[in-house]
Amino acid sequence: MSKAHDVLFRTLADPTRRAIFERLCREGEKTVGDLTARAGVSQPVVSKHLGILKRAGLVRDRHEGRQTHYSPQLKALAPLIDWTSQMTGFWEDRFDRLENLLKRMDQ
Amino acid sequence: MNDRAADTRSVVVEREFPYPPEKLWRALTQPHLIEEWLMKNDFVPVVGHRFNLRGDWGGVLDCEVLEVEPHKTLSYTWNFAHDDAAYNLQSVVTFTLTPTHTGTHLRVEQKGFRPDQKQAYGGAHAGWRQFLEKLDQVVARAE
Repeated sequence: MSKAHDVLFRTLADPTRRAIFERLCREGEKTVGDLTARAGVSQPVVSKHLGILKRAGLVRDRHEGRQTHYSPQLKALAPLIDWTSQMTGFWEDRFDRLENLLKRMDQ
Repeated sequence: MNDRAADTRSVVVEREFPYPPEKLWRALTQPHLIEEWLMKNDFVPVVGHRFNLRGDWGGVLDCEVLEVEPHKTLSYTWNFAHDDAAYNLQSVVTFTLTPTHTGTHLRVEQKGFRPDQKQAYGGAHAGWRQFLEKLDQVVARAE
């Protein structure tokens, strides 16, 4: 397993950190305050997790005034995705679309 | 093992459609129909024709028609060039149509990835979704 894999797995192994990352994936950019409100841990703890996510390339920060906004970096997950399952999912998805198209076509 | 054949892996997806092969063939070979289920393209069903498939994620695939046997077989290259070798992809996609009593059996096979190919950019959308669904399950179990 590559070093990149190690870092990603270690980073996402922590449930609190994973929940923060997942929430960013689901809801988009958030500030530390937004994230703390529902994380169940204190703001310094959330900040620490965001720092680790940032070092793993999983989140990016953007400064605006006194606020820092964090957004997810899905590209960072690429090494974890096996191409065979990925392409299988891709073609299954496209066949669904093909089925819809065929229904709409005459003849 | 450095055997070239051993490095080649393939993906096969098959499905039965309740329509004759002629109808599926149109969906597979007419650009405006291809766009509706696959990607934007400038496809022409002529062996040797080079074309692009443009994904809605911004990626552009370089393709060349390899085989055209109307209502039966369609094959083209499916290559993605990227500065980062981890994203490079060289593959061949082959569609095979077989008539059945109730319609057509469609099989798509994609093969010929580089040995260091860990991901296929062409499938990014479905891949992220799958990954996030898995992540969701992991998180659900952890809670």
